[in-house]
Amino acid sequence: MSDITSLTLTDLVKNIKDKKISSEETTKAFINRGEKSRDLNAYITEDFTNALEKAKIFDQKPNFDLKLPGVPMAVKDLFCTNGVKTTAGSKILNNFIPPYESTVTQNIWNEGAILLGKLNCDEFAMGSSNETSFFGNVQSPIDKDLVPGGSSGGSASALAANLTPITIGTDTGGSIRQPASFTGTVGLKPTYGSCSRYGIVAFASSLDQAGPMSKNVKDCALLQEIISTYDEKDSTSIDFKRNAYSKELTNNIKGKKIGIPKEYTVDGMPKEIEDLWTKGIEYAKDCGAEIVEISLPHTNYALPAYYIVAPAEASSNLARYDGVKYGFRSKGENLIDMYEKTRSEGFGEEVQRRIMIGTYVLSSGYYDAYYIKAQKVRKLIKNDFDEAYKKVDAILTPSTPSAAFKIGEKTNDPVSMYLNDIFTVPVNLAGLPAISIPAGVDAKGYPLGLQIIGKAFDEQNILNIAYAMEEKIEFKNKITDWWIK
Amino acid sequence: MTIDLKTIKHISKLSRISVDDEKAKKLAGDMNSIFDFIEKLKELDTDNVEPLTSVAETTLKLRVDEVKSGNIREQVLKNSPDENEDFFVVPRVVE
Repeated sequence: MSDITSLTLTDLVKNIKDKKISSEETTKAFINRGEKSRDLNAYITEDFTNALEKAKIFDQKPNFDLKLPGVPMAVKDLFCTNGVKTTAGSKILNNFIPPYESTVTQNIWNEGAILLGKLNCDEFAMGSSNETSFFGNVQSPIDKDLVPGGSSGGSASALAANLTPITIGTDTGGSIRQPASFTGTVGLKPTYGSCSRYGIVAFASSLDQAGPMSKNVKDCALLQEIISTYDEKDSTSIDFKRNAYSKELTNNIKGKKIGIPKEYTVDGMPKEIEDLWTKGIEYAKDCGAEIVEISLPHTNYALPAYYIVAPAEASSNLARYDGVKYGFRSKGENLIDMYEKTRSEGFGEEVQRRIMIGTYVLSSGYYDAYYIKAQKVRKLIKNDFDEAYKKVDAILTPSTPSAAFKIGEKTNDPVSMYLNDIFTVPVNLAGLPAISIPAGVDAKGYPLGLQIIGKAFDEQNILNIAYAMEEKIEFKNKITDWWIK
Repeated sequence: MTIDLKTIKHISKLSRISVDDEKAKKLAGDMNSIFDFIEKLKELDTDNVEPLTSVAETTLKLRVDEVKSGNIREQVLKNSPDENEDFFVVPRVVE
């Protein structure tokens, strides 16, 4: 057997069920590698001692009927974990220990998994490079000083570096798919309402979704099957019939109609992205899919609309961090002064900027011109997809307009940073599911991803297409362990 | 459109985030470039478009209003900023 930490989730589960390895051995292997990999800064909080204890307990009375029997895993630090510090990458929550568990993580523990720790992310998930975290930027295992993407950057880095066999992130505008694309891993943003938002630190409530990140599509299907449940604790959770995604996974996609939206070609897009897309179309054809040209005419308006809607919701959600009830508090001369200093010292630059944008677009006199306008544009974007889905079963696009960039390269230009999410944001605005799969590399050898967008609640279909294409692509991630001394 | 320093100070008041002059200048620069980008929406005629209110066309479920958890005083008090075994102590917020 190859090294435990490089196994896919599916193989790891099989080995545990066949009693070839114990939960304790597995957990120890991931802890050892985690300890050797601190230079990546993927963890905000390690929970290794407890993890090992839980693994020993599991081995004493193992239940192999569970889907994740004694499997250790780390999760993004945006999920509240009962008794384990949850920071959302922010100073303002640096001392917050949730007295409750998020539904998504509870679903995972119910299937036998064990928490290894909490993974770094952009502050309140606002960022595309993991550079806005109060706990420092994360290194990509792909290359030194390369961003892992964001906001689920710690998750992507930990997964690609084999510090965790699988992980979960959250995706408000691309925060699962973009880091997956940057690190040669698979990431799924489910349909809005598929995974409960209960216990996830809120960024933009009408866009946020939790989702799986994995080394292959099969693992992704298995984790999606576990985390997607109807939850009455989230009023936007939707009670629809969920597939047994991993059991029903098939590579037979003959006759599926896949749309290619002509608007997803942007100025200055590197030729290698264009080539990747063309290659992707060929792979889809090889799998027996039928390619159909489609138009999503309002694509170019998605990002500007997103930068009204998301900050507006964020400014409202983040109003709760006032230094009064919990979290960081600064000293002030009076109550207002305490509020203002707490928020000025507790939030980082990007979060403050977004709160201010949000406050401005919601302020008296500007609400109609910005917020209502953006929600109208959002409707047009959703209509575009509805029209397209009369003709096709899924849509194929690049995941990002470029490969990963160097740390510090885009930090001084917020708009150029925002442009990273140009292909992922429309999906969130329309509430659709989409998956990013690794599909090639650029000239420097950095991974590039393809995105498959589905109809609402049609996760099974995009997982199947991804599964079939993955077989043809045969992508192998090259990780050199450069950070291990 | 340009967002001037006076507007930045006004938004910072509304946001309850203190902003000194240097920070205000930087914010004004950043916000102006972001709003230049956002202004693109003005090209679109949306007069006859209904704003989207929810991506999921479902109605909220009703449930019985009943207590489902209790006796968790200890857990709830764990994040209380001041030590006190019976109460959640916060600074005075009504003046």
